[in-house]
Amino acid sequence: MGLYFEKQWPELLPCIRTLTTLQTDHVVPQLYTHVHRRACSSLSTPRITTHYTIHPRDKDPRWQDIEMERFADEADVVIVGGGPAGLSAAIRLKQLANQHQKELRVCLVEKASQLGAHTLSGACLEPSALTELFPDWKERGAPLNTPVTDDVFSIFTEKHRIPVPILPGLPMRNHGNYIVRLGNLVRWLGEQAEELGVELYPGYAASEVLFHEDRSVKGIATNDVGIAKDGSPKDVFERGMELHAKVTLFGEGCHGHLAKQLYKQFNLRENCEPQTYAIGLKELWVIDEKKWRPGRAEHSVGWPLDRHTYGGSFLYHLNEGEPMVALGFVVGLDYSNPYLSPFKEFQRWKHHPFVESTLEGGQRIAYGARALNEGGFQSIPKLTFPGGLLIGCSPGFMNVPKIKGTHTAMKSGILAAEALFPKVTAENLDSETAGLHVPEYSDNLKTSSVWKELRSVRNIRPSFHNPLGLYGGMVYTGIFYWILRGKEPWTLKHCGIDANQLKPAKDCTPIEYPKPDGKISFDLLSSVALSGTNHEGDQPPHLTLKDDSVPVARNLAIYDGPEQRFCPAGVYEYVPVETGDGMRLQINAQNCVHCKTCDIKDPSQNINWVVPEGGGGPAYNGM
Amino acid sequence: MSGRVLVGVKRVIDYAVKIRVKPDHTGVVTDGVKHSMNPFCEIAVEEAVKLKEKKLIKEVVAVSCGPQQSQETIRTALAMGADRGIHVEVSGKDYDSLGPLQVSKILAALAKKEEAQLIILGKQAIDDDCNQTGQMTAALLDWPQGTFASEVSLEAEKIKVVREIDGGLETIKINTPAVLTADLRLNTPRYATLPNIMKAKKKKIANVKPADLGVDLTSRLEVLRVDEPPQREAGVKVETVEDLVAKLKDTGKI
Repeated sequence: MGLYFEKQWPELLPCIRTLTTLQTDHVVPQLYTHVHRRACSSLSTPRITTHYTIHPRDKDPRWQDIEMERFADEADVVIVGGGPAGLSAAIRLKQLANQHQKELRVCLVEKASQLGAHTLSGACLEPSALTELFPDWKERGAPLNTPVTDDVFSIFTEKHRIPVPILPGLPMRNHGNYIVRLGNLVRWLGEQAEELGVELYPGYAASEVLFHEDRSVKGIATNDVGIAKDGSPKDVFERGMELHAKVTLFGEGCHGHLAKQLYKQFNLRENCEPQTYAIGLKELWVIDEKKWRPGRAEHSVGWPLDRHTYGGSFLYHLNEGEPMVALGFVVGLDYSNPYLSPFKEFQRWKHHPFVESTLEGGQRIAYGARALNEGGFQSIPKLTFPGGLLIGCSPGFMNVPKIKGTHTAMKSGILAAEALFPKVTAENLDSETAGLHVPEYSDNLKTSSVWKELRSVRNIRPSFHNPLGLYGGMVYTGIFYWILRGKEPWTLKHCGIDANQLKPAKDCTPIEYPKPDGKISFDLLSSVALSGTNHEGDQPPHLTLKDDSVPVARNLAIYDGPEQRFCPAGVYEYVPVETGDGMRLQINAQNCVHCKTCDIKDPSQNINWVVPEGGGGPAYNGM
Repeated sequence: MSGRVLVGVKRVIDYAVKIRVKPDHTGVVTDGVKHSMNPFCEIAVEEAVKLKEKKLIKEVVAVSCGPQQSQETIRTALAMGADRGIHVEVSGKDYDSLGPLQVSKILAALAKKEEAQLIILGKQAIDDDCNQTGQMTAALLDWPQGTFASEVSLEAEKIKVVREIDGGLETIKINTPAVLTADLRLNTPRYATLPNIMKAKKKKIANVKPADLGVDLTSRLEVLRVDEPPQREAGVKVETVEDLVAKLKDTGKI
């Protein structure tokens, strides 16, 4: 074998000699695939992606003798995602079951190790949906401890601020709302759910949708464990488990990976606009008591973003004992400059005199990031399909100008539960498909407060796309929302998917970001450490690439590698290759905070985020 | 050798989480923080379950001392293969001051009550790094101990333990009953998979109070203050060796 390679690929020879002296099991298959790739591609791209969703195991010789049978269990309803929507649906189902004295097995799977660990939001909560779920939430001890007392809205310039009065009727008015740490509310909802008899399984990610013979949804399968980084089975390999249900609710949050498959499978997006997104980065700070104004909600637009880049900030003063503030920055992912770094925009925004004065002398205690929906009304897909339905931020019910999506997510969960309960407990299940179809959910949603609310603000975000950018958008909001309550007969369109909005790097100017000072602003890696994120190291990277050669050939060549800038966790790095010239993409999968921005913004749409082993990811505490 | 193995499992703050000192400096923030089973305890559970699978022992009992949430840790041990659990309820101030001495007294009392033939613990917990509980338990019971075990084999009525020590590896043979503490290389713990978590819900966890075991939880130690480690200061560069010596003398280092 050696002589053959000597002739064909002489540079491989030292490589082969070293490998043949190694004693490990995984080496031979690795050499096989390495050589196979070299024969196939003209560029020498080192192998990055080893995940079985890209390299199927039924064709992989290392998996020949592995038992792939899965243990299966039956429930009445399976819910994917333990966020506000999923938990509201679970709670409502059990409330109805108890009320009507029916048996109902509700199982909820959540990829985070504990409920709330992957939850990140501002958040200013409208308590409407919570009150519907638990009219006595206060007596039950729901962690809504900070009523909003003060709304401050500013347009920032580099050194100054222009105050904007928040008149009654404007979407950013927060009278009656509560500043909450959403992770804590989610944890509390989980406790209520457990008390009602919901089976909660945190630490187990739904990694696959299962289908009946008639192509209706049968349920989900949880992730396999014990696959090595190179894609081969380890000694501790075990298959995930199948959970079958009459109906499966998908509440994965913004840009869920199973939802992505379902859109294709059932053509759910054929009559709606593509979803558009923003990335939200957030920190928690314990500040100097003298600067603390509990109940104050501050928002800003303008600096450091230019008028054509959608985004803004929030800063909320919590009232839970410690002088703590939750602050963050949102950047619309339809930005066009590949040199833009949302993380660095956030860090430099903190140096604005109005913000820095609050943070001076304080200590940062948490960091995180998550993508959020901006598409609103126009981007709501078809919500039901045989065997399942979509709830919460997954299909996307966020009221963008209010930057609130929790109350609508919870409401969608409640409506889903109420629609499917009679069907799933019916004596004679009269269904055309093996998996139940519940179009009533969608019908009820369309006549609910959620629909009315989203419809009235539908044109605010798209109105931003005008020559005056931000200012045009504000004028539009003032006239058509504040005065006319969104009753205008037209519906503005979005501009297409966010991934297509980037301009080539050569047409854009690099942005000079100031260096972090270590007191107010910080570097990326110390921020990522604060998110508490971690994954089992020896597993295939869950940021999978459809084609390993595209990052260098396209993303780097045309767009100067925007993923190294838009990832808020430093997962993507272009590093020089070990020998010779050129760069390669290094994926630091362990850093991932599950924000989904890369899957959304990759200009080549080559990155497919799949779920890693359950329990991995951030360890947010009350974010 | 047949019989019962007691495995101690401790619920600790997850190793990847950034620790924050409480504003009153009495301890670290634990509320809402991600916790998991101490990694060395996972290894201990794995070893016990392996022994049961080899039919060398009959029953694995997982024990944890702590508040309500410790039950989750016991459930994980049950999902890995332990047969039943014992939750020794310790909460509030008692839990804050709970340390190796009290835990070893509890384990010793339980070992007698359960007629255990073997106790397997992790070598130390990653929150306090004490590395004392195994040794103290053995002393209280007057049992032999095989600590820092990287290999365990049961032979007739004795246990052969390969221990990781500073100089290398030491092999000892000890009588049973005995206490073993697990070191990193003893095994690779299995995952607690979902079907096993579901089955574990049916396994029994008994609730016990330390007073029922006749254990006094009073601590001999008082925590005066908890602080973050000092911030790393910038270094000072010097040009010559003379400067270096002068600086070292100035700061009283030599």
